[in-house]
Amino acid sequence: MSEQKQGKTFQVNKTYAEINARIRAGEAVVVTADEMVDIVRQEGPVEAARRVDVVTTGTFSVMCSSGMFFNFGQTNPTIKGQKVWVNKVSAYAGLAAVDAYIGVTEPSENDPLNQVYPGEFRYGGGHVIEDLVAGKKVLLEVKAYPTDCYANTKMHKEVTLADLPYALLCNPRNGYQNYNCAVNLSDRIVYTYMGTLKPNCRNANYCSAGQLSPLLNDPLYRTIGIGTRIFLGGGVGYVTFQGTQHNPAAPRGDNGVPIRPAGTMMVQGDLKKMSPEWLRGVSLQGYGCSLAVGLGVPIPILNEEMAQFTGISDEEIFTHVVDYGYDYTNGVARTYGKVSYAQLRSGEIEVAGKKVPTAPLSSLTGARKIAETLKSWIQQGKFHLGEPVDYFPTADFSFDKPEPQE
Amino acid sequence: MTKIFLLSYPKENSSQPVICQLVKHYDVEFNILKAEILPQRDGYLILEMKGLKENINSALEYLRSLGVKAERIAGRVHRDEKKCFQCGACTGICPVGALHIQQPEMTVVFEPEKCTACGLCVTGCPVRAMAVSFDPATEESCVMA
Repeated sequence: MSEQKQGKTFQVNKTYAEINARIRAGEAVVVTADEMVDIVRQEGPVEAARRVDVVTTGTFSVMCSSGMFFNFGQTNPTIKGQKVWVNKVSAYAGLAAVDAYIGVTEPSENDPLNQVYPGEFRYGGGHVIEDLVAGKKVLLEVKAYPTDCYANTKMHKEVTLADLPYALLCNPRNGYQNYNCAVNLSDRIVYTYMGTLKPNCRNANYCSAGQLSPLLNDPLYRTIGIGTRIFLGGGVGYVTFQGTQHNPAAPRGDNGVPIRPAGTMMVQGDLKKMSPEWLRGVSLQGYGCSLAVGLGVPIPILNEEMAQFTGISDEEIFTHVVDYGYDYTNGVARTYGKVSYAQLRSGEIEVAGKKVPTAPLSSLTGARKIAETLKSWIQQGKFHLGEPVDYFPTADFSFDKPEPQE
Repeated sequence: MTKIFLLSYPKENSSQPVICQLVKHYDVEFNILKAEILPQRDGYLILEMKGLKENINSALEYLRSLGVKAERIAGRVHRDEKKCFQCGACTGICPVGALHIQQPEMTVVFEPEKCTACGLCVTGCPVRAMAVSFDPATEESCVMA
């Protein structure tokens, strides 16, 4: 890892405080990452940086490594919960008396899993979170061993989100900066977290909002850091750390954008202020349960470099085609070629000389709506930028001296 | 024109040859997409019919005269628009392009008219927004306008 570049001189220099003052005054120029592509193309990065203050991004997709910390309140006599279930989905309770964490990929206790292959995985931790945000009642069950200060051994009651004293959406890894395009070169159908993949490479699935995706608009984490205020699940959340598996050392193109899965964010926010529109429990056939999370990050255009980054288009963002029939499962690092998001969006790519239809797993209409929502929040002065108090580990990069490709 | 129908057989007729008459007497080409018909049991058949509109209507009338209920399959397949979050996973699964991505907006479009009710999208959809029902209790009208 290396420190963020210091002392580089730019023609345009804005501070967070200046941009926030413009937001407060209702004068900030805010555009979505889609709109920024054309602006930078037409005006160049320096002019674009002078004119635009904030670029909004968005992504709405299945994001494993999500979950909720919650406190369920005390009973009389008091209890020190040891095992906790919400709607028969196990939560981790090894925290404190009435604190627990429920993860989105946890299936319900009596799920047949893949015993009836491919399993349906109808209900899990992600569905619990969606039900809570939707205001539905959930069944809370707690088992405990008695102590002198916590005498109760059982708890069994229906609760709503409003009944929980505390509920924090806390996602240790969200918003993957780029992801593999998945194919299946084996001779049998495979059911993966990248969707259903037909044998002999008859379909290709990809999962990124491309030019709208948060970390693809700030490829070197110059502005997305610890303390960045974001759109999370329809409410306001924060980036609180780099996510698990954050890998700034992934290979990058001349534009600084990784061409492999690279950076990730840990995000959190008050679940009680979120919306079921943007937190959706999902069942991935043959794979498991998860949660689709709506996430949007505002990128301050502090200088022309940030304008250039946010102006990068789907034509200039690449990913690798990876086999999920054998290679992925067996740890074989092999690529079947590099494709751009523009190619993926066209509905067809070429893999080993064969035309293969593509399907997205990430909702682009959702991503666009998030970017637009965040834009209007900022335009209305309801949302201000959070200046990071610290930054993610990054890589050396400059547009002046492009790094060699992998 | 080409249309896809769900035919529901009463058990009295389930052992009779019926479909061959569509070609012989009504000049309708057909393609059986799915069938579950056993002797002495209620059965159903998903049938694609190709031919002139009036021929298809006559064929449907003939089927009805035998107590076979015929309805457009499009009415049996449903997408819950509130549940669907437009991810697009179904577009890689749908074998006939009834679920597809509309360019350049990247919206996920469902065209019931193209659907063959194979049901792959039902469990393939991450939020279970798709439903196919062959329950005869909810029969709908089948006359071609």
